[in-house]
Amino acid sequence: MQQLIIRRLLWLIPVLFVISIITFTLMHIAPGGPWDRDIGRRQLPPSVIENLNRKFHLNEPAWKQYVLYMWGAIRGDLGPSYQYKDRNVTDIMFAPPQGRPIWESRFGRTATLGLMAFLIAVSVGLPLGIISALKQNTIIDYGSLFFATVGNATPGFVMAIFLMVVFGLMLHWFPIAPTNWDGWKPWVLPTVTLCLGLTAYLTRMTRATMLEAIRQDYIRTARSKGLAERVVIVRHALKNALIPVATVLGPALAGLITGSFFIEFMFSFPGMGRLYIQAVQQRDYSMIMGNTLFYAFLIAAANLVVDLVYGWLDPRIKVGK
Amino acid sequence: MATTTVARTRDEVAALNILARKQRSLWLDAWERLLKNKAAVLGMVIILAFYLVAIFAPFIAPHDPNRQYYEHTQQKVAWETGDWNFILGTDVIGRDNLSRIIYGARVSMTIGLVPITLYLLIGGSIGMIAGFAGGHVDNILMRIADVFYAFPGLLFMIIMVATFRDTPIGSLLSGLGLLFIAIALVGWEGYARLVRGQVLQIKEKEFIEAARSIGANSTRLMVRHIFPNILAPIIVACAFSVPGAIMAEAGLSFIGIGIRPPTASWGAMIQTGLTSLYSQPALALAPAVCIALVMLSFTFLGDGLRDALDPRLKQ
Repeated sequence: MQQLIIRRLLWLIPVLFVISIITFTLMHIAPGGPWDRDIGRRQLPPSVIENLNRKFHLNEPAWKQYVLYMWGAIRGDLGPSYQYKDRNVTDIMFAPPQGRPIWESRFGRTATLGLMAFLIAVSVGLPLGIISALKQNTIIDYGSLFFATVGNATPGFVMAIFLMVVFGLMLHWFPIAPTNWDGWKPWVLPTVTLCLGLTAYLTRMTRATMLEAIRQDYIRTARSKGLAERVVIVRHALKNALIPVATVLGPALAGLITGSFFIEFMFSFPGMGRLYIQAVQQRDYSMIMGNTLFYAFLIAAANLVVDLVYGWLDPRIKVGK
Repeated sequence: MATTTVARTRDEVAALNILARKQRSLWLDAWERLLKNKAAVLGMVIILAFYLVAIFAPFIAPHDPNRQYYEHTQQKVAWETGDWNFILGTDVIGRDNLSRIIYGARVSMTIGLVPITLYLLIGGSIGMIAGFAGGHVDNILMRIADVFYAFPGLLFMIIMVATFRDTPIGSLLSGLGLLFIAIALVGWEGYARLVRGQVLQIKEKEFIEAARSIGANSTRLMVRHIFPNILAPIIVACAFSVPGAIMAEAGLSFIGIGIRPPTASWGAMIQTGLTSLYSQPALALAPAVCIALVMLSFTFLGDGLRDALDPRLKQ
């Protein structure tokens, strides 16, 4: 197991390397640079641009820029931001505002949002799928199937519009564009929007795997030897039904992380996703690089965890191979 | 003598009938199963309706989608104002909402088709070659696929689009061209894997060996013998990819790096509608409803196709 973890961790290196190369290359063939201003606005004088380029090593050959950048990144320094003056990308992403706890940093906020959505999705989606499978072809089943299909097919930012109109405009329960993120009220709509897709997906999947599990021979055996229905369902069916579900949780968590781009943008949420979109729009190279690398790392790590959990859940599968 | 001839021809006729029926039945049976699925039929009808709207947009739309009616800016929906000239109201610069919705269908409905074709061309041929050739070729092609798999799709699309937006490629078809490429580059890998896996399965079957033994070359084997046999799972995968592509376009346009203004796109309309959600919810609601409807319809169709083409998978 230990060996496996080490091997999978080492495998992260080539992945991140390739991703950083692709991102770096793309950023550098992009026309225009970080110092460009909109046409019509006052442009920076050439001498200033030259000084800025020298300060940020942008006058060096591309390979050297890459090496310098990666050397910094390995030590946790993602370079200076070109847009937020005097601030470091690592600081912007991970340092909370003055005198605030760590979870109020950009990353902290995004992580909080993502984890809350993930927990809600798992604790609603799994039971709903199980009940739906046990009560197949009843009203409950049709209801949850309908919810699962609609929730699965509707993109988050589209769902957000519906929720905003119903709960913000018509019922006035929650603010639509909160400026202050203290308290729980502003968090409700973004979290619900973010978790709906995954909840629906998990419901659908759990229902399918559960339906398959309760038709297996070993369930009939368990029943025939007189086990209580509860034990049959929980110990025998559920345990097997959840294995395939567990495997999608990693990619699902990754999907939640990138899915929050749109949600954060929509609700003006002070997290990493909105930061990333702003960086793309403003062509803030180092910010894009840093965010992309970090996102890629998060996603790869999520997949790694799932692979390990998979091996632990299902002894039939030998993950080492 | 005469009787045996008759008997043989009868046998032949029977055999031919069975062959003919079998060949007919695979696709026709699937079609009939599909038609029995009410949700799938509903999906098909809605998709067809949206395609008709997209094709005949100039005849249906009451106004030019880009014309600005300065005297009617930010007009509310017709049932509030009583002005049925602008049924769904007008946006911040006085463009007719309904006409933009109708023209926006063109973007979403094309984005549902072109990248999928590219998936099939790139992923399909790579997967086919990898599975068929095996060995080093397979290894190299699949490692390339691995790299694309490792790169989070949405991140890749955002970076691609952001990079090439201000180049000639980026302005192709008001940004559609670049979106086609970006979406295709992210999605082909799944198709390569699917096709490769299927080819590996089919390759070992007797009929391939038979075809090879009568002198069919590799191209003929791939095109005439393998391809028709792996068509069903590919069709299902396509139906499920369409909503993904539509969602990608809408999402990128929503964050302002997709379709270039002033071309109408539902995603971009949601973004602009968001700023006036309080006063005119219709501006954001209308495109949101359209996206949800189209994606739901394609999901219904995909579910139906899967059940129809591969009855083994049906629960």
